[in-house]
Amino acid sequence: MTAAVAKVYRWEIAKLLAQKRTYLGLVSAMAVPLIFVVVLVLQSGGPNDVPLGRYIRDTGLATPFVVLFFMSIWGFPLITALVAGDIVASESQNGTLKTILTRSRSRGEIFVGKILASITYTLVIVFAMGIVGAVAGSIAWGFHPLTSLSGTQVSAAHGVALLAGSLALYVLPLAGIAAFAVLLSTVTRNSAAAVVGALMWALLMQLLGVLPGTEAIRPYLLGTQFEAWHGFLRIPADWTPVIRALWVCALYIAAPLATAYVVFLRRDVAGD
Amino acid sequence: MSESLPISTTGLVKRYGDIAAVNGVDLTVERGDVFGYLGPNGAGKTTLLRILLGLIRPTSGSAKLFGRDPLVDGVRALDGVAGFVEGPRFYSYLSGRKNLELLADYDGDGARSRIDSVLELVELRDRAKDRVGGYSHGMRQRLGIASSLLRQPRLLLLDEPTTGLDPAGMRDMRDLVRRLAGEGITILLSSHLLNEVEDLCNRVAIIRKGGIVYEGPLNELLATAATGYRLRATDPERARVVLLSQGGVDGVSLVEGQLRFTADEEAVGRAAIALGQARIGITALIPETASLEELFLGLTGGESSDHDREAIVA
Ligand SMILES: Nc1ncnc2c1ncn2[C@@H]1O[C@H](COP(=O)(O)OP(=O)(O)OP(=O)(O)O)[C@@H](O)[C@H]1O
Ligand SMILES: [Mg+2]
Repeated sequence: MTAAVAKVYRWEIAKLLAQKRTYLGLVSAMAVPLIFVVVLVLQSGGPNDVPLGRYIRDTGLATPFVVLFFMSIWGFPLITALVAGDIVASESQNGTLKTILTRSRSRGEIFVGKILASITYTLVIVFAMGIVGAVAGSIAWGFHPLTSLSGTQVSAAHGVALLAGSLALYVLPLAGIAAFAVLLSTVTRNSAAAVVGALMWALLMQLLGVLPGTEAIRPYLLGTQFEAWHGFLRIPADWTPVIRALWVCALYIAAPLATAYVVFLRRDVAGD
Repeated sequence: MSESLPISTTGLVKRYGDIAAVNGVDLTVERGDVFGYLGPNGAGKTTLLRILLGLIRPTSGSAKLFGRDPLVDGVRALDGVAGFVEGPRFYSYLSGRKNLELLADYDGDGARSRIDSVLELVELRDRAKDRVGGYSHGMRQRLGIASSLLRQPRLLLLDEPTTGLDPAGMRDMRDLVRRLAGEGITILLSSHLLNEVEDLCNRVAIIRKGGIVYEGPLNELLATAATGYRLRATDPERARVVLLSQGGVDGVSLVEGQLRFTADEEAVGRAAIALGQARIGITALIPETASLEELFLGLTGGESSDHDREAIVA
């Protein structure tokens, strides 16, 4: 990262920190696991159909994994799109784009700064959820060994490492949605359209994954990659879904970003 | 040497569908000019400035700032150049000072150290810590100037900087422009206010429908217009007859006891003698230099009304 991009990135983060929608997303990401734990403490029964759902009361470490499952349908995509879909469009709409484009930073530097900030945000919301979930879960049910998807137990410390890896892997498909949101943000110049469009894209990817007859393409859908972390939770680890998520997500991230980059570099910035 | 010209454009065109917002503009702005880019609403002033600032791509032709083309050199073409189009826009959720800090960081080059002095200059120092969202139009306009000056520009591009300001705000803004020009900054100022351009600028381009209909020094433009006169005399009716018989006197009319005509100075002198010999007393002879407004209407509106008339007749 060049010094120029670092400056732009720092200000993009500062701008995010000064805007309400950033906190709306962040607070939602942290509230979901809290609410989840509170409800399960008050109720009997549990999410037995989802991975690790049966062990939810065995250890707090299971909480974030279960919440990851629930939030992958639209929760995280929405929170991600809320910021990524806004990051170029809001500046088009407010006219501040012309202000920053007439200084000494190139369009490329500004674009890269914005991308890095969007991805940072995605990373932060996923890890915020993970940490809040693990802490709240541990308060409710203790910090105990975790039962893996293969049925064997791993130590709590090992469980934390698995959680960190899973969260990091989970950021990749979300970044794919962020990339699509940035593309829409750049092309439509309309924040609401970009947020809704990106959410639709995420839902479409999920929908294709459950329709009959899509089995052949299923491993390559963006939605499928939200489950890639299951590979980590097998003992021994199953690297196939993990490796596939790496390159499939790279494509889902690179293609929209490359397109958005070209559009951003060439587009007319007039009053719109 | 064209390399060093603050602004030179050749055959610049920007089309939006059927509309040519900028239509074959060849513009040259020299060092030290305060150049007025004058035209009515929709004439293409903002569009030209957008091209110069690299915000939009021209359909054809080229624009150079100090020899650099924004299309080719990107943001490097804005070295030594600052300005804004339409109202300056800022992050409303950040303070005025934070906005300037952001822009100074985007500029680099020690711009941060100039923040206090530019805030002082535009008299925003007291309000710098408030969010821009709460600023009045005039304050934003001043913050726009301040943000431009952070760049220590040699060329300043201002798009109707006094629009929306109250009379005191307009006066302050014009004083500021004059002061900056006095410091040797070349200024391109778009405006639809004739008196503003007359007041501030040494050269003008008058534009209509994207094209330049006049370019040059103001005084030359004023000199091209035939000078009109108003005459009051003891016997207006007879005076009219005398004037009509004078060579070099044109457009004689008599309205409510007052005569109007156009003539050059020599013809006016001869007419005055002729009136005296006819024992007609001259009580007032008042030269009327065409105002920029009249020139402007002649250059822009006149043509359009001809068009309109033709359209109606046809
Ligand atoms: N982004 C755009 N899309 C379509 N048409 C445009 C666009 N920008 C400008 N135009 C058209 O180009 C013409 C010139 O517009 P421009 O804004 O340059 O005029 P102006 O001289 O700045 O007018 P004003 O005094 O009202 O600010 C107008 O007819 C306008 O409608
Ligand atoms: Mg305009």
